[in-house]
Amino acid sequence: MGLIQSVIERSGIPTVSVTVCKELTEKVRPPRALFVDRAFGYPLGAPSDAALQTRIILAALGLLKREVDEPLIVEF
Amino acid sequence: MAHLSDLKLAYRLYMAAYRYRQFDWRPGSVLTSPLPQARIAIVTTAALHRPDQPAFDASVKGGDWSYRELSLEVDLASLLAAHKSDAFDHSGVDADANLALPLDRLRELAARHAIGEPAPRHFSFMGSISAPGRLVEQTAPEVAAKLHDDRVDAVLLTPV
Repeated sequence: MGLIQSVIERSGIPTVSVTVCKELTEKVRPPRALFVDRAFGYPLGAPSDAALQTRIILAALGLLKREVDEPLIVEF
Repeated sequence: MAHLSDLKLAYRLYMAAYRYRQFDWRPGSVLTSPLPQARIAIVTTAALHRPDQPAFDASVKGGDWSYRELSLEVDLASLLAAHKSDAFDHSGVDADANLALPLDRLRELAARHAIGEPAPRHFSFMGSISAPGRLVEQTAPEVAAKLHDDRVDAVLLTPV
């Protein structure tokens, strides 16, 4: 996923990913990632929890205004 | 928190030996329009596909580098997830596709003017691609071009 994100970012569209595994994201080094403390398979928190999904999405989208030169990983 | 050590032994051994390929994305891009005017697309690696689309092929050596286009109007409840990896719990995405492809959430955010609008097309990959050559050279640039065609302002990616 980090590669897909990097290709899109390089093409000129700002990107942000949601990650549950900071360890992996630190190795892949995408431009922007929001770290969500959940298990593999649960990037937006919990199924059918619209409020939590929305908060995570807004936190992630909030990073798009940040100019990046190094990978940015922010904790939710 | 999810750790690589949560994965089954076979995956841990694989990941320990894996040479992470990086792609230099610099100079980075930045969202210049206000978020309430921005058109947002989702790219997921949850391997979601419509029942009438071919499933991802888990037998492809090095990983299936193809992708599926999903329109904003897709019936989320009908989507299938064909993921190569059994390293994680698929039941959450099976129960609610918004967990990885949050089109309902984007529509709600647009209705309350928190974002401009969801893009007309969104994209699904399989992930777990150990030989990403064709992904980097072919399919990811194809998706980037389609995102430009759709005048997408920013992309939210949801690896699982």
